[in-house]
Amino acid sequence: MSETTHDGSVAVSAPPSPDEGLTAAQLAAKYGLAVSGARPSLFEYVRQLWDRRHFILAFSRAKLTAQYSQAKLGQLWQVATPLLNAAVYFFIFGVILQADRGMPREVYIPFLVTGVFVFTFTQSSVMAGVRAISGNLGLVRALHFPRASLPISFALQQLQQLLYSMIVLFVVAIGFGSYPKLSWVLILPVLVLQFLFNTGLALIMARAGAKTPDLAQLMPFVMRTWMYASGVMFSIPIMLKGKPDWIATVLQWNPAAVYMDLMRFALIDGYDHTQLPDHVWAAAAGWAVLFAVGGFVYFWKAEERYGRG
Amino acid sequence: MAEQRADAHIPTVIADELHIVYRVNGAKSGKGSATAALSRIMKRGEERGVRKVHAVRGVSFVAYRGEAIGLIGSNGSGKSTLLRAIAGLLPPEKGKVFTDGQPSLLGVNAALMNDLTGERNVILGGLAMGMTREQIKERYQGIVDFSGINEKGDFITLPMRTYSSGMAARLRFSIAAAKDHDVLMIDEALATGDRKFQKRSEDRIRELRKEAGTVFLVSHNNKSIRDTCNRVLWLERGELRMDGPTDEVLKEYEKFTGK
Repeated sequence: MSETTHDGSVAVSAPPSPDEGLTAAQLAAKYGLAVSGARPSLFEYVRQLWDRRHFILAFSRAKLTAQYSQAKLGQLWQVATPLLNAAVYFFIFGVILQADRGMPREVYIPFLVTGVFVFTFTQSSVMAGVRAISGNLGLVRALHFPRASLPISFALQQLQQLLYSMIVLFVVAIGFGSYPKLSWVLILPVLVLQFLFNTGLALIMARAGAKTPDLAQLMPFVMRTWMYASGVMFSIPIMLKGKPDWIATVLQWNPAAVYMDLMRFALIDGYDHTQLPDHVWAAAAGWAVLFAVGGFVYFWKAEERYGRG
Repeated sequence: MAEQRADAHIPTVIADELHIVYRVNGAKSGKGSATAALSRIMKRGEERGVRKVHAVRGVSFVAYRGEAIGLIGSNGSGKSTLLRAIAGLLPPEKGKVFTDGQPSLLGVNAALMNDLTGERNVILGGLAMGMTREQIKERYQGIVDFSGINEKGDFITLPMRTYSSGMAARLRFSIAAAKDHDVLMIDEALATGDRKFQKRSEDRIRELRKEAGTVFLVSHNNKSIRDTCNRVLWLERGELRMDGPTDEVLKEYEKFTGK
């Protein structure tokens, strides 16, 4: 190379003559420099994300632990919080409002608790997703990592939170006469599919929240509406008896209701397939794939813009 | 490509007419009340209470392998912003930055959590910087020893919120300095802690500099710039005011600041 004619000392103000007259882009191309902070290809992005899998897991577990580290009871709250939550819903909807509408009590109580936990999983994933980028700008502006690590990590944190809640759920189910049986195995695919759906949703919300932080104020209302429309505390077909059929069908096919119904079907003895809409597994898988893939691509499309203030 | 470390004229960082603009929500001048915010939304459609801060205005330079470049300028002149843009952490408004490999900012503060033990923070910080679990395991003892956290008892197993500010800063630096970098960028005020630790961290920075291809250093300490850098970029109000050998630029800068 012609540059070797220069001596080894550092000459700063005089640029090397062979490169004179080149524009910045030409100079960069000549020496193989790449644009800093450019968005990698989708394939490359997935690879980078895979390389960061340990970080994603460690970050989600750290967040989970940090939540209760100041409390005297410590990590016991991981289980105590969902337990108290279930108790409150039981008291209000089971005892005071009697929203069971003719459902036997040993079905209704696990039905209600399952609904609350499963919906909370989606709800908190969305809320964490909205703030995944906008609430962690410091991190985004300090270190390099595929930004999708953050929303995925937050969704993973919620999944671990749900696993603690499942302990409570098992106790409630057994307490009301639904003993472990073969169908409990179905809990696993339901969790996987719902996690995929939640992650996709968190990715979408993360991009939207990075552009418009105001969503963090708006989402609680949206989520509450969604909760009441998904049959968390009541059975959709029973509640909507007498109304046009299509309303119940639409509500039952919405992803939150689908995952709740499948979880109840797997767990509760008196809740059988006659209470599920047709093709419910296909719907569960369809929603999961659609949101996971769509959300991921949507998030990746703005990768180079996260962190702009 | 054969590496020629002695050759100073292989560019590693090229900044081309770089502009960085921050957008700050809710800082538009005027009354801060809700009604004022509402009327602003009504009046102009697009600029809803967003205030723009033009932090870097059209900076261009080429950095070569083997250079140590100091960034000077008064507070708020855009030094740290420029570093982040070079690292690809702040998307430019206009212009481009080309780099050889992935420049990295020395610092890991943002990834650490005060509620976790020092031990877990070392692992978390390492992973956040892109180290593998094996690398962290290998260097873990070195990081803890370097920080000197355990000199006064078993503090590494306590949550970081129980540390004194000096101890926390030492641990943060130790984690950040555990990784090797191609293009290394150091923001000022890294050498924190007591005198003994300051000495140790300065040595470590020198070591890192030797391993790195190109070094950027932001500092208000003219002495440390003179000691470590052979070229200086002087930023003022986001514009590149001067670019040249350390002595020349520092002389002008000292004249400007009235020293």
